[in-house]
Amino acid sequence: MNPKIANKIADAVIYILVAVVVIILALLIGFILITGVPHISWHFLTSVSQAFAAGGGIRDQLFNSIYLLILTLIISFPIALGSGIYLAEYAPKNWFTNLIQTAIEVLSSLPSIIVGLFCYLLFVIKLQLGFSILSGAIALTFFNLPLLTRNIQESLESVPDLQREAGASLGLSRWKTITGIIFPIAIPGIITGIILSAGRVFGEAAALIYTAGESAPVINYGDFNPFNTASFLNPMRPAETLAVHIWKVNTEGVTPDASAISSGSSAVLIIVILIFNLGAHYIGKRLYAKMTASK
Amino acid sequence: MDQIKAKLMKPSRETKQETVGKIISYTCIVAIMLLVLLVLYFIISFGMSTFTTNHVNLWSFLSGTNWNPSQLDAHGNPEVGALPMIVTSFAVTVLSALVATPFAIAVALFMTIIAPKHGKGFLQSIIELLVGIPSVVYGYIGLTLVVPFIRGIYGGTGFGILSGTIVLFVMVLPTITSMTVDSLKAVPRYYLEASLALGATRWQTIYKVILRAATPGILTAIIFGMARAFGEALAVQMVIGNATLMPKSLLTPAATLTSQLTTGIGNTVMGSLPNNALWSLALILLLMSLVFNIAVKFVGSKGDLNK
Repeated sequence: MNPKIANKIADAVIYILVAVVVIILALLIGFILITGVPHISWHFLTSVSQAFAAGGGIRDQLFNSIYLLILTLIISFPIALGSGIYLAEYAPKNWFTNLIQTAIEVLSSLPSIIVGLFCYLLFVIKLQLGFSILSGAIALTFFNLPLLTRNIQESLESVPDLQREAGASLGLSRWKTITGIIFPIAIPGIITGIILSAGRVFGEAAALIYTAGESAPVINYGDFNPFNTASFLNPMRPAETLAVHIWKVNTEGVTPDASAISSGSSAVLIIVILIFNLGAHYIGKRLYAKMTASK
Repeated sequence: MDQIKAKLMKPSRETKQETVGKIISYTCIVAIMLLVLLVLYFIISFGMSTFTTNHVNLWSFLSGTNWNPSQLDAHGNPEVGALPMIVTSFAVTVLSALVATPFAIAVALFMTIIAPKHGKGFLQSIIELLVGIPSVVYGYIGLTLVVPFIRGIYGGTGFGILSGTIVLFVMVLPTITSMTVDSLKAVPRYYLEASLALGATRWQTIYKVILRAATPGILTAIIFGMARAFGEALAVQMVIGNATLMPKSLLTPAATLTSQLTTGIGNTVMGSLPNNALWSLALILLLMSLVFNIAVKFVGSKGDLNK
């Protein structure tokens, strides 16, 4: 075939394929927002969900998702920070470091259902934590750790060595250099990573079905004692999140307005995750400009 | 004199700081290692119990086509044939990767070579958005759009491998695309320039030079996409139909390893055979995820451009 004609055909094919992808995405987002947004109302966001009747809201599910996210970050961030520092600053180039890297890769590629089942086995049954927010947060920690560790490691590694040399020439210990000089420079990148991982944690459901459970008991938002069973802060209560709620009403639920609830909840999820994504870019840029001398 | 000597001999404040810091970071990394080992140990030991405690034959487990763990077959053996789930899992994985790859490569070429100016920002944000959509939302869309669509065209229930493939195609597309973009960007620019200078058309350059050089990277991307498809649970579970039958066509309801786990674990008693059999399915999933990992390492080490 004439190469010039072949070139034209190939171009056309590529343009068509790209157009198809763009159309698919437009359809997806359009469908979620057009069918979902009309269902979002103050009533929908602030009323209790109904198991058998129509007109239920997502108040508890929304709160559970946020609470679970915060607990997960509290557990996973310190571990990820320590490991990230080790990998970026201390790790020698040997078989042990290779082993660690491989272990982290394995952890990040484990299907989330496997992580969920493992946590069900160990924490829900063996350690008798039951279906609880705490079990859910631990499961999500497994899910979140490799992403966050990798992100912190990369953020720390992207700091120029000049800064480390400056710290060493001042007679500071390496640890002091890391915590006092390197870490603050890396903060914008780390914050961006945290927000992006928060988006993924927020939408995760497979790991939560058997750890945080599928039920949302009535909770009292006026009770600030985390040791009371009815308190909204109690980490030992079962807690259905928004993503699990969408799954449940579509597969196991008998709610008559399942499609309205799931389209509304999907739209809420997408909007929250969009905010996370845009926020990550914005905050990352702002922080970088603020904490370093560059513009 | 002695005071100074003592001071010199003792570790300084900085040394102590350093030790503390090392201990902290070391503890964290060891904690992660332990977590991974714990997961592997628990899933493997529970997954093996079907074969060790219940004495199910490994081969009959892998090749049997009847999945009904609470009942005995004609020979008095429990009916735990996992083949239908294994076949379905592989079918949706391979099919969705096959469909997604041309689209992913086209989008990646568009973003890096054909129209980097317009393509980059816009398509980049599209890809990021697709990655961010939670899997239950994909499942819900599959349930309300894809399943009725398939039902309308081909009849039947609409649930099945075809619906699963379509949903997974959209889910793995961003994974494969973004990694293909990275591997195309890693091809040195002078490859492109040299080829164009020799008078090759853009397509000849892409096909004969760029794609060849980026092949290992693209293969890695496809394996990552397949790993994601293989492990995806809820989105598939919502559209596959959940019937543990040997799939006869792309349109009949079937069940994947993950969907069977999702629906089954809550309905079986811990320690019983039906439950152990499910853990064995989880073990297969785990082993496959390790296989994908090894494949990535293997392909990656084969084609390092900077070697």
